[in-house]
Amino acid sequence: MRVALLYPELLGTYGDGGNALVLAERARRRGRRVELATVTLDERLPAADLYLLGGGEDGPQRLAADLLRRGDLAARVADGARVFAVCAGLQVLGTSFAVEGDDRYDGVGLVAVTTVRGERRSVGDLAVRVGERLLVGFENHGGVTRLADGVAPLGEVVRGRGSDGRHDGFVTERVVATYAHGPVLALNPWFADEVLAAVVGEELEPLSTVADRLYAERCARLGP
Amino acid sequence: MLAVNRLSRLLGRGEGTVIGGRAGLALDPTLLSGLARGRTVVLVSGTNGKTTTTALVAAGWGGPVAVNDTGSNMVQGHVAALAGRPGVPAALEVDESWLPGIAAATRPAVVVLLNLSRDQLDRANEVRRVALRWRDLCATLGDTVVVANASDPLVAFAAETAPHVAWCDVATPWRLDAVSCPHCTAPLTFEQTGWSSACGFAQPRATTVLTEGSLSVDGLEVGLDLALPGAVNRANAAFALTALARVGVDPRAAAGRMAGVREVAGRYARRAWRGGEVRLVLAKNPAGFSAALEEVAGAPGELWIAVNARMADGRDPSWLYDVPFERLAGRTVTCLGERRLDLATRLDYGGVAVRVADAVPDPPPDRPVTLVANYTAFQEWNARTAP
Repeated sequence: MRVALLYPELLGTYGDGGNALVLAERARRRGRRVELATVTLDERLPAADLYLLGGGEDGPQRLAADLLRRGDLAARVADGARVFAVCAGLQVLGTSFAVEGDDRYDGVGLVAVTTVRGERRSVGDLAVRVGERLLVGFENHGGVTRLADGVAPLGEVVRGRGSDGRHDGFVTERVVATYAHGPVLALNPWFADEVLAAVVGEELEPLSTVADRLYAERCARLGP
Repeated sequence: MLAVNRLSRLLGRGEGTVIGGRAGLALDPTLLSGLARGRTVVLVSGTNGKTTTTALVAAGWGGPVAVNDTGSNMVQGHVAALAGRPGVPAALEVDESWLPGIAAATRPAVVVLLNLSRDQLDRANEVRRVALRWRDLCATLGDTVVVANASDPLVAFAAETAPHVAWCDVATPWRLDAVSCPHCTAPLTFEQTGWSSACGFAQPRATTVLTEGSLSVDGLEVGLDLALPGAVNRANAAFALTALARVGVDPRAAAGRMAGVREVAGRYARRAWRGGEVRLVLAKNPAGFSAALEEVAGAPGELWIAVNARMADGRDPSWLYDVPFERLAGRTVTCLGERRLDLATRLDYGGVAVRVADAVPDPPPDRPVTLVANYTAFQEWNARTAP
């Protein structure tokens, strides 16, 4: 299995590279091999089973969108690759987003969502109900993301703002995105395993780590 | 501290916390400019090294210097420092967001711009936005010398508008926040000879050059024999000596006086505590932690790390994943502080053995403890182990 972390120098403001580390380590501890590729902005997109996108500031976000639009991410996804994106990475995957000095900047167009500028920045703890479970994290963005009909949100916001105050992120057949930035997969071991299991294509054996304690503590603090 | 508190009360202002990146002179600006008038002022700003560099400027100057050494680096702290020491030169550390207002009020002889990297991102304090505000400020500094880090592209972007710049080449190792060009967003190229961009923006030629074994200030070789540890403090001293040279202090004499600085507000202090010995190291953000790890990775004895995520620390500890903790592989780290589980998870995924301490442990009697802590955790430990 190959995981490619895309442009961490552009989209990696909030320790987002941690998600790649967590996936690789949770696979390794189960005796599975994950090859981690870090794709820098002067490289072509390599083949991978999973692409990861992080958060970033306005200028770098624009540059990342340009690179991804010109590259063949959409073709890779059509061929079966998956994408997990957070924060600015979420916005970049949509048809358009707003950044400083530009109200409508073209995204990759992989998912039918658009992001406009919110009235104020959303900064703080974020908790999202995803099915029966809670996803916990931290958000820091100025966007309001609207989903086209037929695009499913990742979950319902329990605390914080997420995409629009009610829902956070989105899920398609091969793309998952959330506004919970940074190492959201480190905070939510169950979610990391769901992303991993989708790539592997089979259920994973249970794994106990110190992250379980962290998740329990954050849920107790942020949950309903 | 008393003076600050009293002044705050007197002026009817609370703690000088900056929220949402909006900062300015909320106090009557004439108060600070009145106190600064007629004296030589050196301002020091940047993400890391403000307090230490300011302390080195003050020590190197020789004689009485007004310093805001209470940890308050916004206007209340400056007013208190100047009111407490009338008529003497001043060395003031300044919060990055407050720099334009403080510079306008104090008309400094020198402004030192150390570095810019990610810190407290939950305050929307995006690094490039600060660089832009500094750039606007520098364009207005007619009579001031800006002592600027030529090795840091964001600082160079900010300082290039200043009429008078003393560029310092100190080989800043932290580059994650300056990968794309601040002018044209093309990728920056880093080489032995410096960094450059496709648009022509490139590392300025420096008049202060620090290497592993030598320091040259305006062509003068200066011996540097610091009690403070690490490459980071050699860089801090290089900035301080460059600033002092620009206000007429002989760098060699100043370097001699700096050598005596052993700790700065608890930083690097060795404390006898509960039958053991604890050495205190402050690291607040990825760049600071990265530099601290270089120094503590091989330290003898136990390694303890304490992390909080209060307002003053930044409430989002995501930055833990930007710190190369993998350097500590092979050691067991005792995890402390309110976000010890975030830290333990980060270390565990990085292949470092952890011990989560839910209560404050006793130090071992037979070997030293090196304690690395972020801002408010450091304050707690500084107070806890104070003699």
